[in-house]
Amino acid sequence: METELNTRTAVRVLLFASYAEKVGRDALELTVPAGSTVGAILARVRAMPGGDTLPPRPLCALNLTHVGPDALVAGGDELAILPPLAGG
Amino acid sequence: MVGFLSDRPIELAPLVREVQSGERGGIACFLGAVRNHHGGRAVVRLEYAAYQPMVEAECARIVAETEARWPVSIALRHRVGQLEIGEAAVAIAVAGAHRDEAFVACRHVIEELKRRVPIWKRETYVDGTQEWVDPTQVVQAAAVSP
Repeated sequence: METELNTRTAVRVLLFASYAEKVGRDALELTVPAGSTVGAILARVRAMPGGDTLPPRPLCALNLTHVGPDALVAGGDELAILPPLAGG
Repeated sequence: MVGFLSDRPIELAPLVREVQSGERGGIACFLGAVRNHHGGRAVVRLEYAAYQPMVEAECARIVAETEARWPVSIALRHRVGQLEIGEAAVAIAVAGAHRDEAFVACRHVIEELKRRVPIWKRETYVDGTQEWVDPTQVVQAAAVSP
């Protein structure tokens, strides 16, 4: 795992609806250590200006599938941070 | 390719035609329409926003799971964009050999859609203000109101 942590990888992060308004953008690219968890990337986003308005454990989707904070992120992945769903 | 999201008005009849067949004698439908009130406030219109590729993926998973669990055929559409009061936001048609599986599968589809599909709703109120609806907050407000 240590060698993996030495490499860094690019992840695309998407924000929607109220979260996009709170952070002031709807997409960003983050470079993170390979093998990072969703939770670690969330912490990075929450450390950005406006990011502290997001809840600590929002709904997340990785490559169009719901995931928990322990899911591992790989290079080129798309992580979506989802406000409370209101369809239907 | 099936598109579950529509930026045009949704009609139920075409969905019924999609799932109808000679051996399916029970067809259950659900139509969700835009309400003119929410949390005691008068709503004049609303806007649905969606994470479109995931809506398509998650709806496809819900339909496949439901069709695997009950012997039914399912058609599903959700509206996106600006909607007026009374317009259809979501429409579901489920056909099975008999009514039992049609009703239960139809209910399952709408409940799973509300729980899993990434769609958001911004309401415009009669005073001109707008708000993104947070159903987790609505439940709390409803619980404390008389």
